[in-house]
Amino acid sequence: MNGSEIFFESLRREGVDLIFGYPGGALLKVYETLHDIEDIKHILVRHEQGATHMAEGYARATGRPGVVLVTSGPGATNTVTGITNAYMDSSPMVVFTGQVPSSLIGNDAFQEADIVGITRPITKHNFLVKDVRELASTIQKAFFLATNGRPGPVLVDMPKDILNASCAFEWPEQADIRGFKPTLKCHQNQIEKAAHKIAEAKRPLLYIGGGVITAEASEELQELATKLDIPVTMTLQGLGAFPASHPLSMGMLGMHGTYWANQAVNKCDLLIAVGARFDDRVTGRVDTFAPQAYKIHNDIDPTNVDKNIKVDLPIVGDSKNFLQGILKALPKKAEKHEAWLNEIRQWQEQCPMTYTVEEDSLKTEFVIDQVSKQTEGNAVVVTDVGQHQMWTSQYYRFNRPRSIITSGGLGTMGYGLPAAIGAAFGVTDRPVVLFCGDGGFMMNIQELVTAVHYRIPVKIFLLNNSYLGMVRQWQELFHQEKYSFTDLEDSNPDFLKVVEAFGCRAMRAETPAEAEAAIRSALDYNEGPVFVEFRVIRKDMVFPMVPAGGSISDMLLERLNPKTMV
Amino acid sequence: MKHLISVLVENKFGTLNRVASMFSARGFNLESISIGETEDPEISRMTIVTRGDDQIVSQVLKQLNRLIDTIKVTDLTRQPHVERELLLMTMKLSKATQHEIFELINVFKGKVVDIKQKSITIEVIGSPDKINTTIDIFRPYGIRELARSGAVAIHRGE
Ligand SMILES: Cc1ncc(C[n+]2csc(CCOP(=O)(O)OP(=O)(O)O)c2C)c(N)n1
Ligand SMILES: [Mg+2]
Repeated sequence: MNGSEIFFESLRREGVDLIFGYPGGALLKVYETLHDIEDIKHILVRHEQGATHMAEGYARATGRPGVVLVTSGPGATNTVTGITNAYMDSSPMVVFTGQVPSSLIGNDAFQEADIVGITRPITKHNFLVKDVRELASTIQKAFFLATNGRPGPVLVDMPKDILNASCAFEWPEQADIRGFKPTLKCHQNQIEKAAHKIAEAKRPLLYIGGGVITAEASEELQELATKLDIPVTMTLQGLGAFPASHPLSMGMLGMHGTYWANQAVNKCDLLIAVGARFDDRVTGRVDTFAPQAYKIHNDIDPTNVDKNIKVDLPIVGDSKNFLQGILKALPKKAEKHEAWLNEIRQWQEQCPMTYTVEEDSLKTEFVIDQVSKQTEGNAVVVTDVGQHQMWTSQYYRFNRPRSIITSGGLGTMGYGLPAAIGAAFGVTDRPVVLFCGDGGFMMNIQELVTAVHYRIPVKIFLLNNSYLGMVRQWQELFHQEKYSFTDLEDSNPDFLKVVEAFGCRAMRAETPAEAEAAIRSALDYNEGPVFVEFRVIRKDMVFPMVPAGGSISDMLLERLNPKTMV
Repeated sequence: MKHLISVLVENKFGTLNRVASMFSARGFNLESISIGETEDPEISRMTIVTRGDDQIVSQVLKQLNRLIDTIKVTDLTRQPHVERELLLMTMKLSKATQHEIFELINVFKGKVVDIKQKSITIEVIGSPDKINTTIDIFRPYGIRELARSGAVAIHRGE
């Protein structure tokens, strides 16, 4: 077999049937081979960044690794943002880049870029294939690394001569990487210690991150929470791990989390962090975070332990294994937490998540709430980055895991549209809904072509406030209302016309009544992508909010008055 | 506090870069790093000298472990170990100073590796502390050039 054939045969062995790619000089041989391949579907994107976000959206929606194929030089460098995004959010992804012929590497050859050097700090690992006989085993290693332990992106750089060279196809029984031995099983003594702490606690709180979704441990989580009546708060990536409709769900914690979740963190005597990493958007000021709590921290990545916050009981291992272990080790007699739950209910009543509805103007909160109701919390919801993203976390009631797909760690504008398309390639039994801002929509708008061409039934909901809203909010609150370069009113295009020109069905809504109808009609349409522009109130702000670096006990609860601290 | 870390790594291109760039990306102090093949040609040993409090050094060790190309990471600091560094140094030489210089070379158990009319090159092996002292003592005689290998270290045998 030649290198290109080995490449596709290796993908088959890994069970890959879908790749997102874009051709170029270094990949001509690969695309020649691809021409006659039917069992692996290739999606032609319109920008390599789009391919990476699509692959990540696909991975997050399905749990399977997303696969990207791009050419050398500019094709490779265009993947950098998407790779970084997947690295920060621990998404399994394998990126294949073409490379100039081995003999030209280092010569500043045409379309040469040292992509292995460039992506070293943003991949879990990367490889330059130096011999065609190592191509298959390298691909096997790449998939193994991307999907085992803490998932992440892996890049494989394939010089042109390697793809043309020939050798026998050999597929090792399993990937052999002596330097990679993730700890999956939690230490039994630690588990027992944790179970006792949990059984004794008066005011326990489960703090759940994306690791629980990756580990597919939602059932175990529900069992533990309901058995002992432990309230559950989630990070942005953890939403859906525990159903929002359950009375023990406290919603999200952190900067734009609910008041009561943050109060609960503040007052709990036991914090059980599972698959979460004490990110600064969650903790605010670290020295005042959960000040009264004994802290248990389960994470699969040892480097996450004691990184931002010193914990009392670190337990490295897979979150499913952790929760199963706790359930087994719980003593017969354990505290229930009526008084604690009542206390939380009072905070909930003090500062509920509500918004007002007016007949002739539209709020983002209303749109998201409507979509949540009409989809009964069961859609796959993708967001871009900005105010609409935070409102989504607050007002969409996620009822199942793998339901929120959002750029959490890197905060990449332009992520939403391609990620939603990728998700829709992977999930066909639930609607895929995108909430996007007018700023971010323009950042990868070219992928609308991909959605139209492949008739992807993604619902694109544009929350148009004609502002870089999140930046505007910070300018208003913390930067003397100097609205520097955030007003897009005069420069935004006519979105309806633009979208229609791409061949996509498009609607506009300016009132709650119109919005309700447009959402219904969009959810009913499944022949291809559908776009709704919601003209929302321009200067709304997302509350409550913990100012960056502030204590989470000091949330801003109201708009236009940064002095109102509670 | 100073820590001496020994790391077994895959002997592949790019490994040194992975380790060094991890230190800079995470803002860890990297005082010296040295690398060479071991008894197994597929494996190299790296000796790293870093500074930091316990929390930072524990992060350094975990981050090193996380790299795929690292096979074994050991903090030698609090274990029985031998640590050595090599110093090569060229100094001015004159009639007036040569006697003293030769005497000092003896004191430090150094070796003369090259000698010219007006200069002398010596090698000294010892702990990094000894190398520091050596340099201090010779400085007044006029050091032209010097090179240090960085520390290499290994467990003491049983
Ligand atoms: C690629 C990139 N550039 C800049 C930013 C900084 N940024 C964060 S939110 C935001 C505004 C987003 O505006 P829009 O897409 O209209 O969403 P809105 O906040 O109005 O809902 C900006 C510029 C970013 N996150 N990503
Ligand atoms: Mg906007």
